Amino acid sequence: MDIFIQQIINGLTLGSIYALVALGYTMVYGIIGLINFAHGEVVMIGAMIVLSVVSGLVGAHLPLPPFLIIFAGLAVAVPACMGIAYAMEKVAYRPLRKAPRLAPLITAIGMSIILQNLAMMIWGRNYLTFPNLIEPQPIAIWGATITDLQIAIILLAALMMAGLVLLVQKTRLGMAMRATAQNPQVAGLMGIDINTVISAAFMIGAALAAVAGLMVMSYYGIAHYYMGFLLGLKAFTAAVLGGIGNLAGAMLGGVLLGIIEALGAGYIGDITGGVLGSNYQDVFAFFVLILVLVFRPSGLLGERIGDRA
Amino acid sequence: MIAFFDTRKNPKLAWVGIALITLALLLLPFAAALVGTAWVRVLNFALLYIMLALGLNIVVGFAGLLDLGYIAFYAVGAYVYALLASPHFGLHWPFWVVLPIGAMVACLFGVLLGAPTLKLRGDYLAIVTLGFGEIIRIFLNNLNTPVNITNGPQGINLIDPFSFGSFSFSRNEKIAGIDFSGPQKYYFLLLAITVLIIVINVRLQNSRLGRAWEAIREDEVAAQAMGINTRNVKLLAFAMGASFAGVAGGMFSATQAFVSPESFGLFESIIVLSMVVLGGMGNIPGVILGAVLLTVFPEFLRYTMEPLQSQLFGRVIVAAETVRLLVFGIALVAVMLYRPAGLWPSEVRKRELTREDNGAAK
Repeated sequence: MDIFIQQIINGLTLGSIYALVALGYTMVYGIIGLINFAHGEVVMIGAMIVLSVVSGLVGAHLPLPPFLIIFAGLAVAVPACMGIAYAMEKVAYRPLRKAPRLAPLITAIGMSIILQNLAMMIWGRNYLTFPNLIEPQPIAIWGATITDLQIAIILLAALMMAGLVLLVQKTRLGMAMRATAQNPQVAGLMGIDINTVISAAFMIGAALAAVAGLMVMSYYGIAHYYMGFLLGLKAFTAAVLGGIGNLAGAMLGGVLLGIIEALGAGYIGDITGGVLGSNYQDVFAFFVLILVLVFRPSGLLGERIGDRA
Repeated sequence: MIAFFDTRKNPKLAWVGIALITLALLLLPFAAALVGTAWVRVLNFALLYIMLALGLNIVVGFAGLLDLGYIAFYAVGAYVYALLASPHFGLHWPFWVVLPIGAMVACLFGVLLGAPTLKLRGDYLAIVTLGFGEIIRIFLNNLNTPVNITNGPQGINLIDPFSFGSFSFSRNEKIAGIDFSGPQKYYFLLLAITVLIIVINVRLQNSRLGRAWEAIREDEVAAQAMGINTRNVKLLAFAMGASFAGVAGGMFSATQAFVSPESFGLFESIIVLSMVVLGGMGNIPGVILGAVLLTVFPEFLRYTMEPLQSQLFGRVIVAAETVRLLVFGIALVAVMLYRPAGLWPSEVRKRELTREDNGAAK
C-alpha cells in the first residue's frame, strides 16, 4: 500500500509538470489549431536559462537566500521564453495562418530543430547538474515520503493553473481568447485584435513552460539540450488525453498521465511476473492514450470536433 | 517541366526527356563514386527515402490521414529481414522470400494501427500514430529479455546482403568490363524497386481507389455519401503505405548489414513527413524531389560547413553536425514560409491556394 501512495505522490508531482506544459500546447491548439512542436524546446530553454543564472549567482558567492537566487533565475527565464515564443509565432507561424494545415506543422518542427541546436551550441551536449540550493527534506506521510520540493512543485503548479483559469474566465484578454478560439473571423469583427490574442496565448504558454522547465530540472537535478523533446511529447499526449483545446482537459490529462506512468512503472513488473520491466513505462502511457481515444475519440473532456480531418 | 513526362500531348519531347533522365540515373552512381564512395551510399539512402516518402504520401498526401509514426513500419520491415537473414537466429533465407514477408508483416501492422484509429480525426490520429511508433521502438529496444528476440539496444549485425546464388550485392565485381562496387550494385537494385514503386503510385493515384482516397481527404462525410466504404479505403491506405515502408526497411537492413532501434525514432518519422510536405503533398514528383533534397542537402552541409567556416573565419567555430542540423531547421522553416504548399505542389492544391476565397481550402 505504501508503494501505491508513494507512486501516487511521484505521479502527482510529475503530472503537475506535464499539466503546465500541456496547457501551452492546448491554448495554442485551441486558438489556431496548430500542434506547436517547438513548445517542448521552450521548456528546455527555460530550464537552461534558470540554470545559467543560478550557477552564475552561486559562483559569485553573494550572500543571497536560495529562494532569491531561484527567483532571479525565473525573472530572467520567463521573459526570455516569452520573447522566444513571440518571435517564433511572428516569424514561423503567423505568415502561414491561411496555408495548408501541415505547413505550420513543418515550420514548428523546423523551429524545434533550430532551438535544440542553438541550445546545444550555447550549453553544450553534456548533462548539466542543477546546483542543489536547498536540500529537499523528506516528510513521512501514510507510510510513504513526500519531499518539500514535491510539495512546492505541486502547489506552485496548482497556483499557476488557478491563475490561468482566472485569467481566461475573468479578464478581457481571457474573454478575447475564448472568442477567438470559437471563431477568429467573428472575433475580429467584434473588434478583437486577433494577432495580439494569438501572441498572448503563445507568451502565456511560454511563461508556464519556463516555470515547468525549472520544476523538472530541480526534480531530476539535471538539464540537457534534448530534455524538451520527450517532455514535450508527454505533455502533448496529456493534452490530447484530456481533450486538446480544453484547459481543464490539459490539467486532468497531465495529472492522469503522470499518475498512470508512475503506477505503471511501479507495478508493471509485479503484474507481468517480471517479464516486462519499468523500461516499458512509456509504452504504458501511450497504450492508455490509444485506449482512451478508441473509446472517447475526442479525449476525456474534449468536445466533438468538426468533421474535417 | 511537366511537358517532359506527358507522352500523350508531346510524345517526342517526352521520350527525349525520359531517355535523358534514364541516362543520367544510370551514370549517377559512377559520377558520385568519383567524388567518393560515401556519395554512392547517400544516393542509396535517397532512393530508400523516396520509397518511404511515397509510402507515407499515400497515407498523408492521398488519404489526408496525418501519420507521425510511419517509421514503425520501416522498422518492422527492417527487423523482419534482420531476423530471417542473419546469424542472430541462424536463419539465412533468400531476400526474395524475406522482402515480401517483411512487406506483409508491415502491412499487417498497418492494419493493426489503422483499425482502432478509424474513428479518430486530424490531430488525434497524429498523436495515436506517434504513440504507436514509440511503442514499436520501445519494444524493439527491450525485447531482449526474457527471450532474446531483437537483441535490444545493441541491435542485430552481420545481416546477409542480397544475393542470387553466388552473385552477392555487397562484393565489388567486374560486369561487362565495368567495375561495380557493392554500393553501386545496390544502387541499381534500389533504383529498379524505386521505379516499380513510383509506377505503382502513379497508377494508384489515378485509380478508383486513388480517387476514393482523395475524396476522403477533401470531405469524409461527402465521400461516404457517394458510396465509398471509408473504413476499407482508409485501412487500405494504411496497409499500402505500410507495406512500401516494409520493403524499404528490408532494403535498409541489407544495405547497412546492421539494424538497431536507434534508427527508428520519432525524428525519422518527422523527417519523412517533412519530405512529403516540403516536396508537395499528394504530388508524386514533388514528394520524390522532397525526399532527394532532404537526403542530399544535409549530407552536402556535412561536407561543406567546416571548410566554409575555416574559409570565412579562419577556424571551425561550431561543429559540422550542429550547424548541419541548424541550417536544416532554418531551411525547413524558410521553404515552408515561401512555398506553403511545398516546392512542387499538385495542380489541385495550387488552385486551392491561389483561389480568392479561402473557404474550404485546407
